[in-house]
Amino acid sequence: MASKAEILAQAERLHAFFRNAGADPVQAAILQPADTLLDLYGEDIRARAYVTADAARGEQMLRPDFTVPVVQMHMQAGGDPARYTYCGEVFRRQERDPNRPNEYIQVGYELFGGENPAEADAEVFALFSEVLSPLGLRAATGDIGLLLAAIGGLSTTPKRKAALRRHVWRPRRFRALLDRFGGRAPVPEARKRLLAEIEAKGVAAILDAAGPEIGLRSRADVAARLETLVQDAAEPPISPAEVELLDDMLSIRETCPNALAHLRDIAVDLPAIAPALDLLEARLEALEGQGIDVDLLDFEASYGRTTMEYYDGFVFGFYAETRPDLPPVASGGRYDALTRILGQGRAVPAVGGVIRPELVLALTREGGQ
Amino acid sequence: MTLKLGVPSKGRLMDKTFDWFAGHGVNIRRTGSEREYSGAVEGIAGVELVLLSAGEIPRELAAGRIHLGVTGSDLVQERIADWETRVVALEPMGFGYADLVIAVPRCWADVDTLDDLDAAAAAFRAAHGHRLRIATKYHRLVRDFLREAGVADYQLVDSQGATEGTVKNLTAEAIADITSTGETLRANHLKILSDGLIHRSQATLFKARAANWDGAAHDSFRALAARLGLDA
Repeated sequence: MASKAEILAQAERLHAFFRNAGADPVQAAILQPADTLLDLYGEDIRARAYVTADAARGEQMLRPDFTVPVVQMHMQAGGDPARYTYCGEVFRRQERDPNRPNEYIQVGYELFGGENPAEADAEVFALFSEVLSPLGLRAATGDIGLLLAAIGGLSTTPKRKAALRRHVWRPRRFRALLDRFGGRAPVPEARKRLLAEIEAKGVAAILDAAGPEIGLRSRADVAARLETLVQDAAEPPISPAEVELLDDMLSIRETCPNALAHLRDIAVDLPAIAPALDLLEARLEALEGQGIDVDLLDFEASYGRTTMEYYDGFVFGFYAETRPDLPPVASGGRYDALTRILGQGRAVPAVGGVIRPELVLALTREGGQ
Repeated sequence: MTLKLGVPSKGRLMDKTFDWFAGHGVNIRRTGSEREYSGAVEGIAGVELVLLSAGEIPRELAAGRIHLGVTGSDLVQERIADWETRVVALEPMGFGYADLVIAVPRCWADVDTLDDLDAAAAAFRAAHGHRLRIATKYHRLVRDFLREAGVADYQLVDSQGATEGTVKNLTAEAIADITSTGETLRANHLKILSDGLIHRSQATLFKARAANWDGAAHDSFRALAARLGLDA
């Protein structure tokens, strides 16, 4: 087990590497206002982050990562493009496995703005690849933007698409929705009864009979959703062919060039993904330009779906294949949508990632033995 | 060391606990004055009765300061992280039944399942600008349950009492609380989601893994378990 001083020395080496690559070093407060994080991530963040409070500021969280404070800082006063690096502790609750650290160092690199997203993605990935290269890690890549584009291209209603998009990061829920919209799961009995009742009596009569109106969710809110249910029931299911295309896409795990060829085949029937594929192709070219051998690089279409839900484009991670027990040594991705939420309407393209120096140190020592 | 048995210190839960042990041939009773929290176990050597608030028994079990404890399974699962690694549920005791459920206003004619709740939460957040609030004191159980079900766009708000009133008082849109008959829910114009049962709780005899299980404690436990008809 490495001492904290040794881990900090390793962190400083990585931090210096990113500074030398042109990034400005930045700091973030350890205590972050809880409401911003809760609004972004919902209750799930409470299961991951330590929450504390005082009488003056209310609930605060020990920072679970640097992304949110760095984005906020950039949106207030950042240039374009801007490159930042940071180094410090993050805190994660561990309720199941006491052997996993609840406090560890992250060293990060974030790139905001710029003209060309493919070049920006490649720049970030190549830097991580370079600094980690002595460890012989396996890199995995994916693209959440591709999944979002595929959902956008389904022949179904905007409401169904929105529901699917909302649950891209919850694969089980996504599957349940797709089964329902695709007609593969039966309509629940209670829903059938409700629809029959609406048809027989109308929405107003049902609302009158349901009970007194209490709470903030108003009669109008309920009526609107009842109308939505009626409209949705009248919609034809998403065709089996389209569901199959989506399933086919989600199961892709190949090298990047093979994955791209496979996806181009899918795009013949699902043309909406073509722009996302052009971006993927441009990214692969940019990666090659950075000296990455994309013929050996893995692409997994479902990669990144169970991580933090702010990634909405390119995603990547670096893994020690000899140590499947370890979390990824580094991970990152593109999060344009997060900048729009935190920038109050203003959005900036953003991509970045983090390394865990204590894992770099452990693997370096293992390799040396 | 002495085997420490933690039991609820007052109310119906205490009475029923004493009855349950008596029904299994073990007489336990309070000693001293009416107000003094001390007790005794008759007929089995080396067992000490510890009277505690039912809400504190999970913490004492988790820390191993008592060997055995009687409390609601809801409290153990809510208050002890990774409870199965810290305590063993020896025996459900057949009283103190309570269901932890998710309930929404009856006027929500469109909501019957968690699936509906999730969709309603998304629309609510878009229309009202904040997440749909669920009032509860069972934060861990409710959060785990909703995460497992893939429900999003909600937030929990803490409510330590009169939770059924929070919707009417506009401090929450839905609730997650314990109910035995559903009477209070109905009186407050709430209905239970058809798949909204989070946990079916009852008073349970728990064993602490972290307690000091030396020879004497183990011998006393075996004697007690034999009397109670438990697998020791």
